[in-house]
Amino acid sequence: MFTILEKKKLSAEVFMMKIEAPHIARERKAGQFVILQQGGDFAERIPLTIADADTDEGSITIVFQAVGEATHRLGTLEKGQAIENVLGPLGQPTHIEKFGKVVCVGGGVGVAPMHPIAKAMKAAGNDVKIIIGARNKDLVILEQEMDTIANELIVCTDDGSYGRKALVTEPLKELCEQWKPDLVVAIGPPIMMKFCTLTTKPFDIPTIVSLNTIMIDGTGMCGGCRVSINGKTKFVCVDGPEFDAFAVDWDNLLTRLGTYKPQEQDAHHRCHIGLEIKEGEA
Amino acid sequence: MMAHHTKTDLDTLAQNLWQQYSGRELKPKDRLAIPPQEMPSQAPDERVANMDEVALGYTEDQVKVESLRCLQCANAPCVKGCPVGIDIPRFIAKAAEGDFAASVSVIKESSMLPSICGRVCPQESQCQLTCTVGKSLKSIDKAVNIGRIERYVADWESSTGKRENPEVAPSTGKKVCVVGSGPASITAAADLRREGHEVVMFEALHKAGGVLVYGIPEFRLPKRIVKEELDALAAMGVKLEHNFLVGRTAKLHDLMERDGFDAIFLGTGAGLPKFLNIEGENLVGVFSANEYLTRSNLMRAYDRKKAGTPLYHSKKVAVFGGGNVAMDAARTALRLGAEEVTIVYRRTDEEMPARREEIAHAKEEGVKFLYLHAPLKILGDEKGKVTQVELITCELGEPDASGRRSPVEIPGSEALYDFDTVIVAIGNASNPLIEKTTKGLDVNRRGNIIVDEETCATSMPGVYAGGDIVLGAATVILAMGQGRKAAKAMNAYLAGREESA
Repeated sequence: MFTILEKKKLSAEVFMMKIEAPHIARERKAGQFVILQQGGDFAERIPLTIADADTDEGSITIVFQAVGEATHRLGTLEKGQAIENVLGPLGQPTHIEKFGKVVCVGGGVGVAPMHPIAKAMKAAGNDVKIIIGARNKDLVILEQEMDTIANELIVCTDDGSYGRKALVTEPLKELCEQWKPDLVVAIGPPIMMKFCTLTTKPFDIPTIVSLNTIMIDGTGMCGGCRVSINGKTKFVCVDGPEFDAFAVDWDNLLTRLGTYKPQEQDAHHRCHIGLEIKEGEA
Repeated sequence: MMAHHTKTDLDTLAQNLWQQYSGRELKPKDRLAIPPQEMPSQAPDERVANMDEVALGYTEDQVKVESLRCLQCANAPCVKGCPVGIDIPRFIAKAAEGDFAASVSVIKESSMLPSICGRVCPQESQCQLTCTVGKSLKSIDKAVNIGRIERYVADWESSTGKRENPEVAPSTGKKVCVVGSGPASITAAADLRREGHEVVMFEALHKAGGVLVYGIPEFRLPKRIVKEELDALAAMGVKLEHNFLVGRTAKLHDLMERDGFDAIFLGTGAGLPKFLNIEGENLVGVFSANEYLTRSNLMRAYDRKKAGTPLYHSKKVAVFGGGNVAMDAARTALRLGAEEVTIVYRRTDEEMPARREEIAHAKEEGVKFLYLHAPLKILGDEKGKVTQVELITCELGEPDASGRRSPVEIPGSEALYDFDTVIVAIGNASNPLIEKTTKGLDVNRRGNIIVDEETCATSMPGVYAGGDIVLGAATVILAMGQGRKAAKAMNAYLAGREESA
């Protein structure tokens, strides 16, 4: 079980893996995620959104950026090896229907979970435009895949090394003004999602975000993933991961994500030494 | 506070007593004169610096002496106090004779998990509550220490390596699954497998054992003991499948209609932490007891050098709640390096639902208790981190529905207390996942699955349930009792299907 069928390095720090997981492949829907655990008894559990699935092959695809100890360790596995634990599909699937005009915004590795959603939105008869954002050219992923789905694909980089030199909020604002979408879906770093929310809010365009919080079990048992939605506490793992962006308490979300920052920095440094990975090379 | 006695001291005392009382006819009066044997334990100042088990277990002489205290009452009130009806006088008589093998097999007629129940059962409110010795000596603390004897004989069996697993009947060709791997499911799985059915156990997490593994800390229940029970199931031929969350990885209906399971037992537990819904509860530094304990127990974050899962650096910790989970969280926090840990409880010591033993252990270790205080809000700094808790003083009013006197807040008594960490340990609600993904499964207002009291059958034919998902947050022994009851009914149900087929 959970054998790696395919591994691709999408950029210096971003990997794509196709994993044998027939049960998950059969049940999963766009927007859902898995929790992985790799490296024995002491290893951390990490939530990752499912980027794609193939029910015939019985496989799921994940895309991850090596940012912490656990993701670095995952990145050292090769095709043919197996991941010890993969639980899923978790969370509520994306609500897919014909909304009309939909803008999908994916930032960084957030483009990966956006892929199945954009595909499903298109299949439901929506007119889909996609914005991809990345820090630089090297970190732009799944451009071709997204291009086949989108009626219009806008790629921007922070440093202008590829596509348009802009943050995703710039083209998003223009689309809000000129194209007047019926729905915006944004997935990426929390700060990006927060600013997407601030961008669409004045236009009153319904906006959905997918949150990736601290999580242990992923079944509702620990409550570590709780977020404040319209002042009410919700669990990302069972009530989410997608929420109405206007209802999210972004400042609380951002501070909660920093709960273990000192320990994480320490661990990041440690794993670069332990796994003999050079800084910037995952 | 009692002075700490070493295991050697206690053993010497027991040896003397054994010489005094063994080998002669004992009248009830003699038996009542034998002092109760104290449980040897790690010294409090040592144990707060490690995760090892606190209670060390009786010595052979201690267990024999303690067993002599039993009056062998004909009406056996202790058995009536036991949720699974263990023949307590008989197993104690065997222990007094030193025939531990016979003793443990008496227990195993009724209970699958003596090494676990001997440690975590609330004996003082069950078998020991009704014990004649305790009643005669007018103190529950002087009842026969049934749980400690049970633990000794169970540990004796596993230390001999001659543990005998129940025999498995020839295959019936029927396939069943148990959902979850806690005490209810372990018991049900064993009883179903014994009958000759193919049994698959589904567990969502990467490690099996349920609350025994993620919830109860190592210092109260060593994980090797849980592993032994799971290994025994595997040796009997129960197939354990990790990473399988019923409701998500497969729906209940699909397991029955598509995957060919003839019957299903749901033992998914009460895995949904309750919060107070007060201001500041989502600040950085506020944890559910589940999260706090899961990090330390399941993810082994207490081993900071090896663990990938981080722990919050706490100095002053407040634990809200007064149950066993609150004690576990407080004692864990101390072991993880907190300088000061305070249990904040709305009522007084008397109403605390935690076991007396756990409260005493916590106090010995230096946990502070702030009674008659209720949290109003949690305050944080500009970085969103907990800095203070606002508490209000309470007084006890009229008894509430639970029979305990309810706390009444005293207006104007609000005050701020400095804390950097808050652990909320006010209980668990039932996890709604299976109910939400299964049409036709009836639950009550609280989300607990509704079952027939005698058979544990749910509203769906062939589906049974037991443990905390039915009872709400209860005890290991009650969960085990329901697992057993359900398995018996399932075995009958499956046999019936065979005949009609």
